[in-house]
Amino acid sequence: MVRFLSIFVAALVAVAPMAFAGGKTLRMAYDADPTSLDPHEQLASATLQLSHLVFDPLVRRRKDNSFEPRLAESWEQLDDVTLRFHLRDGVSFHSGRKFNADDVVWTLNRLKTSPDFKALFEPFESANKVDDLTVDIVTKAPYPLVLNLATYIFPMDREFYSGTDEKGRPKDAVVKHGSSFASANMSGTGPFMVTGREQGIRLELERFDGYWDKNSPGNVQKIVLTPIKEPATRVAALLAGDVDFIAPVPPTDLKRIEAASCCTLITAPSTRVLTFELNQDRIEAFKDPRVRKAMSYAINREGIAKKIMRGFATPAGQLSPEGYAGHDPGLKPVYDLDKAKALMKEAGYEDGFSVTMIAPNNRYVGDARIAEAVAAMLAKINIKVDLQTMPKAQYWQRFDARDGDVLMIGWQSDTQDSANFYEFLAMTPDPKTGYGQYNAGDYSNPQVDRLTVQSQTMTDEAARTAVLKKIERILADDAALLPIQWQHLAWAARKNVNIEPVLNVIDMPYLGDLVIE
Amino acid sequence: MHAALSGLAFVVRRFGQALLVMLAILVIAFAVRTNLGDPLRELMGQAVPESERAELRKELGFDAPWPVQFGRYLVGAAHGDLGTSFIYKKPTVEVVLAKFPASFELVLGAGLIVLLFCVPAGIYCAVRPERIGARLILGLSVLGISVPVFLTGIILITIFSVWLGLLPAFGRGETVALGPWTTGLLTVDGLEHLLLPALTLSSIMLPLFIRLVRSAMLEELRHDYVRTARAKGASHLRVWVVHALRNALLPIVAVGGLQAGTLIAYTLLTETVFQWPGMGFLFLEAVTRADIPLITTYLVLVGLLFVAVNTLVDLASLALDPRVSLGGAR
Repeated sequence: MVRFLSIFVAALVAVAPMAFAGGKTLRMAYDADPTSLDPHEQLASATLQLSHLVFDPLVRRRKDNSFEPRLAESWEQLDDVTLRFHLRDGVSFHSGRKFNADDVVWTLNRLKTSPDFKALFEPFESANKVDDLTVDIVTKAPYPLVLNLATYIFPMDREFYSGTDEKGRPKDAVVKHGSSFASANMSGTGPFMVTGREQGIRLELERFDGYWDKNSPGNVQKIVLTPIKEPATRVAALLAGDVDFIAPVPPTDLKRIEAASCCTLITAPSTRVLTFELNQDRIEAFKDPRVRKAMSYAINREGIAKKIMRGFATPAGQLSPEGYAGHDPGLKPVYDLDKAKALMKEAGYEDGFSVTMIAPNNRYVGDARIAEAVAAMLAKINIKVDLQTMPKAQYWQRFDARDGDVLMIGWQSDTQDSANFYEFLAMTPDPKTGYGQYNAGDYSNPQVDRLTVQSQTMTDEAARTAVLKKIERILADDAALLPIQWQHLAWAARKNVNIEPVLNVIDMPYLGDLVIE
Repeated sequence: MHAALSGLAFVVRRFGQALLVMLAILVIAFAVRTNLGDPLRELMGQAVPESERAELRKELGFDAPWPVQFGRYLVGAAHGDLGTSFIYKKPTVEVVLAKFPASFELVLGAGLIVLLFCVPAGIYCAVRPERIGARLILGLSVLGISVPVFLTGIILITIFSVWLGLLPAFGRGETVALGPWTTGLLTVDGLEHLLLPALTLSSIMLPLFIRLVRSAMLEELRHDYVRTARAKGASHLRVWVVHALRNALLPIVAVGGLQAGTLIAYTLLTETVFQWPGMGFLFLEAVTRADIPLITTYLVLVGLLFVAVNTLVDLASLALDPRVSLGGAR
C-alpha cells in the first residue's frame, strides 16, 4: 500500500509541473487532410481522425479493442432490439451549449441521411430520447454491432447546425459537392476547436477550455496539422524537427527512423487485408477450387512480407485479422509449390493458362510490387500473368467494370467486425441488397451467403463467433479469394512526444490525451 | 503611330491565338476526361452502395457523354462559371489563382538564382574556356541536368534540413497578405522556406542557361566589332558585358521563353518534393484525386499562361533588337 502510494505521489509530482506548464504545441504531418469539416460528408479516415479531435463518440476503442465509455457513460440491453445509453452529465459543446439526448437523436437522424453513412446505419430504426441524459437506440432486428457503430456517432451541436446560413441554405444539409455550412463550421464536445484552416496547407486547432474530460492526461494546447504528401519529405521534416509527429511512415524509411536518436517509431498490424480476387466470369479455370487452391499454395506470402514489405506486414491466410471474431489462428497461409503443381495437374491445367491481372500502384503500401511478385510466383505453376498496374483514380473504374481476371483489393471493415468482409468481398453479388459489391470474382456459395446473413442478427456472442469462424474456414478451404497480408501501420514522433498510449489499430490517434514532455 | 498600331494588332492577334489554344485544350481535356479516373471514388467512401454513387454521378452530370458535358461547360463558361472543385468546394478559377502567387514566387526565386549565376559563369566559360574553373563549371552543370529534380530536392533537404538544421524542409512558411496576393518574400521565415525549393528548381535551368550564355558569347566574340572595340582600347570587361553580352541576349531570351513549358513541368516536381502550396502541387493533387473540374481549369489557365509568356518574350526581343518586327512574329 505504502509502495503504491509513493508511486502515486511520485507520479503526481512528475505530472503536476507539466499540467501547469501547458501551452504545448503539436506540429503534425499527415499524408492527406480532410476535404470537409462536416463529419458526415465522407466516410474516410481523414474525416474520422478529425472527428476524434473536435467531437467525442458515444464510445471509442481502447488499445485492446474493447469499448471505452465517452459521451455514453454506460449502456444496457433492454430487449432484443433496444440498447439504452446513459449519457455523461456536464458536457458542453464548443458553442457553450449543454450536451443532451436530443443531440444524439439529431445526430443519428443526420447520419441516416448522409449518402456515405446511411448504409452503415441501415440496421438502426431510430434513437429515442427517454430523458435529457438517456437515449434508446432501437434496431430494426436484433443487431450485434450496435456498439461498434456507436463509435461512429459523434454527437453534433444540434442548435449550432440548425436554421439557415446567410445564403438561406439549411445548416444541417450534407452536401457532397460544393460548399455548405457544415463543411466549413464546427461545434462539437471534443478536446479541440478548429481555429484556422487553409485547405491542403494547414489546419490549426486550439484546446477547448471547457472540455469535460478533466482526467485526460493530455497537455497539447495547440495542434498544427500539415498535410505532406511526399513520404520522403514527411520523414525529412520529422528528422529535421520541423514537425513532431508523422503518419504514415513509408516502409523504406522505417530503419532510418528507428536508428535516429531524435525519434520514436511505432508500428502495429492494421486490420486492412490485401487480397486478390479471381474472376470466375472471365476465366473458366477459376471456377475450379483446385485451381484457386493451387494459386494460393504458389504464393510465398512470407517472402512478400519480408522482401517487399520489409517485415512491415503480416502474411494472411484468411480475411479477418487477429482480434476479430471470425479470425481462426489455425488458418495459416501455406507455401507449397509441389502441392500447387499437383493440384493444377489434378484439375487438368498442368500446362497452365494465361490471365490478366490489374492492380493499383498508389493505393496500398507496396501494391504494384506485390502484384509483380505474385505474377512471377504464379508463372511457376504455368499461369502466365499479363499484369497492368495503374493509379488508383483509374483503377477503380477498371475494378468496378470487373475488367481483369485477377484483381487486387484492400479491405478494412468499417464495423470492425468479420461479417463486413464477407458481406462485401465474399457474398454473391446482388445490386439490390448491395451484398458482394466488391466480390469481383463473382464467387458464389449459398452457405456463405446464408451464414453471413444469419450472423447479422445473432446477439449471442459465442454462437455468432462460431458462425463467423465457420465462414472464414469455408472461404479458406474453397480459396474463394487469395488474401496476401494485413499491412502494418507506422507512426513516428520526436522523442518528447509520447505517442504510444494514444495510438490504436484503427489509426485514430486520440490526440486529446497526448502528452508532450 | 504606326508602331503603336501594329503593336496593338499584335496583342489582339495573340489574344485570339490564346482563345484558340484554350479551346483546343478544352476539347482534349473533355475527350480524355473519362480516362482521368472516377471522381466519385474520391468523393465517397469505399463501402458506399453503387446506387448512391450513381445518384451523385447523375447530379454532377458525369453520366452524360463528353460532348454533352462539353456543351454544358461552354454554357457555364459563357456565364463565367468554370466549375467547382471537388476537393476544395470552391470555384476552380478561384482555387487555381489562389495558388498562383506561391508558384510565381518560386519561379521568381529560381529565376533570380539562374540570372545571378548564369551570366557571370557563362561569360567566364566563354572567355576563358581553357581554365580549370570553366571546365569545372561545365562539368558540374552536366551533373545538374542529369540528376532528377526530385532527387536534388531530397538531397538538399537531407543536407540543409536534416543534417545541418539550417533551413526548413517543407512548406512556404510565414506569409503576408497584400490584398489578394499572399507573399512569402517579406518575412525572414518565408525567404528561408523559399531558398531550398528555388535552388532545386534553378538546378535544372542553371546548366542550360550557362551553356546558352557561353555559346552565344562565343559566337559574338568572334565578330569584328569585338576586335574593333578592343582596338579602340575598351577594357575587357566593357567589351564582354556592354558590347558582346547585349547582342548575345537575343538568342538567350528567345530560347529562355521556350523553356517556360519545361519550367512549369519542373515546378510541378519541385513543389511536390517541398510540399510547396503552388499551382503545380495543386494540379498533381487534382490528378491523383480525379478532381476533373480543377484539372480542366488548370490546363486552360496554363495554356493562357503559355501564350502570355511567349507574347512577353516576343515583346522583349523587340526591345532588344530593333531589326525584329512585330509583323514577323505571328
